[in-house]
Amino acid sequence: MAQTLYDKLWQSHVVHEEADGTALLYIDRHLVHEVTSPQAFEGLKLAGRKPWRISSIVATADHNTPTDHWDEGIKDPISRQQVETLDANIREVGALAYFPFKDKGQGIVHVVGPEQGATLPGMTVVCGDSHTSTHGAFACLAHGIGTSEVEHVLATQTLVAKKSKSMLVKVEGQLGRGITAKDVALAIIGKIGTAGGTGYAIEFAGSAIRGLSMEGRMTLCNMAIEAGARAGMVAVDQNTIDYLQGRPFAPKGADWDKAVAYWRSLVSDAGAQFDAVVELDAAGIAPQVTWGTSPEMVVTINDRVPDPAQESDPTRKTGMERALSYMGLVANTPINEIPVDKVFIGSCTNSRIEDLRAAAAVARGHKKAANVKAVLVVPGSGLVKVQAEAEGLDKIFIEAGFEWREPGCSMCLAMNADRLEPGERCASTSNRNFEGRQGQGGRTHLVSPEMAAAAAIAGHFVDVRTFA
Amino acid sequence: MQAFTTLNGLVCPLDRANVDTDAIIPKQFLKSIKRSGFGPNLFDEWRYLDHGEPGMDNSARPVNPDFVLNFPRYAGAQVLLARENFGCGSSREHAPWALEDYGFRVVIAPSFADIFFNNCYKNGVLPIVLPAEAVEQLFQETAASEGYRLQIDLAAQTVRTPGGSQFGFEITGHRKHCLLNGLDEIGLTLNHADKIRAFEAARRAQQPWLFA
Ligand code: SF4
Repeated sequence: MAQTLYDKLWQSHVVHEEADGTALLYIDRHLVHEVTSPQAFEGLKLAGRKPWRISSIVATADHNTPTDHWDEGIKDPISRQQVETLDANIREVGALAYFPFKDKGQGIVHVVGPEQGATLPGMTVVCGDSHTSTHGAFACLAHGIGTSEVEHVLATQTLVAKKSKSMLVKVEGQLGRGITAKDVALAIIGKIGTAGGTGYAIEFAGSAIRGLSMEGRMTLCNMAIEAGARAGMVAVDQNTIDYLQGRPFAPKGADWDKAVAYWRSLVSDAGAQFDAVVELDAAGIAPQVTWGTSPEMVVTINDRVPDPAQESDPTRKTGMERALSYMGLVANTPINEIPVDKVFIGSCTNSRIEDLRAAAAVARGHKKAANVKAVLVVPGSGLVKVQAEAEGLDKIFIEAGFEWREPGCSMCLAMNADRLEPGERCASTSNRNFEGRQGQGGRTHLVSPEMAAAAAIAGHFVDVRTFA
Repeated sequence: MQAFTTLNGLVCPLDRANVDTDAIIPKQFLKSIKRSGFGPNLFDEWRYLDHGEPGMDNSARPVNPDFVLNFPRYAGAQVLLARENFGCGSSREHAPWALEDYGFRVVIAPSFADIFFNNCYKNGVLPIVLPAEAVEQLFQETAASEGYRLQIDLAAQTVRTPGGSQFGFEITGHRKHCLLNGLDEIGLTLNHADKIRAFEAARRAQQPWLFA
């Protein structure tokens, strides 16, 4: 029978299955960061258990690490303790690779895995982090897990799971100039809603997806979780293989050839059946800007802030009113008249080299607007930072009045010192615009790196396609 | 893990859709390396009027009298009633830890985000999906009568209202078994250790690069 990519990934990892469909799935790669792992390591120790396969573990510190003054270390004592706890746990337990605070390979876990070649097609990849879906860009079955499951994977190398339904999201045609994977992701979420993918594993396909770089596919799969899907994935093609060749943990020599031959089978068979199919026309996608406190509250740059008076569903209507009041917005305001106070270019959604190149291309030769208090550019990893500096991107940003920072999660969730003050409005390339996400009372608008850079320069949202 | 069998619990209504885990437990409390003590900071930004940080004396903080959890009539609630897509966002297990630590044993909603839903079971919290109309009925009845309680029976998979309405809910056999008996899932899985080892050996032979 014709199989979907998801069917293949699932089936090749089932160790055991119970009558009710609950399966034990073998886990190939376990990514670990400091926030969701301490209780798991502690639980393991308390139960007198040992990790099953140390060589599956790749760890880094990212959420709590500062993005400036690295010479001063981590000032917040509670943050420091959490990072030091990870150091101690990895020292004790071991790992295939560890990129601690200040290491040149350190960075956001979802940027580090792929760039090291530690994320490979056909793998199951887990991490105590919802954006693990990112790794699905490499035709992996990748999902976020809770801390109890982190402990379960450490102890047993498996996960108790039930197969999801499958959804095909097909984007056909050519994306317009200035339209990025981020816009595609937000347009999909706008269409199906933040719960639209709940219970599904999504495969992204179609000519527009095949046309995306691996960075773009990672951006897209990263946001699958914001559509409610635990996993997003893209089939293997030549882009996948070219990206991986020569990466530190990618197979070499004869193994490489054998691996590539297998990886090429990681596509949905012709005629494979999906439980749901969603189609989008690439040419119809315009730059997206969120206006509310959920990623599904999204419109295009040429729209206006929606009016709750037009909404008939009472729960949705109160949700919209709440969001407008939190965001300090008035219904029917044109999006391109909304001024911004801060801009954040970074996060596991948009902090890879391609994102920084795109933002720099917009910023080149410009200065940030006077009303914009700060523009933070935070590379996703130490390697991205080095690459960007080799290309002179840091200079372009600094000349534009942007701040060039050290790698980490930074103002995506504001666990470190980078945050919005109450009432501040931010154009952000991250993935969540929830209340308080970037700092209590902070107001987040999700956009692409190009749109964020353009907003920094104009001082308000602006259509990057017409921005000179 | 605490076992769950039956509960006759006071209901607290949280009438919002898409309640995310950032709202359930804000990020600053995730810096803790412990598994307990999150209850006082459950829904911190909605529950208090000031900005909460770890280490504060929560009993001395100004509470938001307009937030439902602070209404005296809902003190001691064990059942949280919510709208669709409850628990969306981050995978933080601190969210069910905070709910459980506060005293909630059941969350009822028309739909849940996947990771949160799964995390609940690992912590003795039972997430129950009921049809939107049933949830609406429960919201109305909770508002109408103070001291409104629901009778939840996991073995029978039922929710019963004081008025005698009864709703069934779904749960997988595996989860039910673990929850009813308060079982440690890792121990159960390790019963299959030989199978895992055999699977791993075959995989290593086929795809040695995964085991470099
Ligand atoms: S960048 Fe943001 S979303 Fe990504 S892992 Fe870090 S905190 Fe999570």
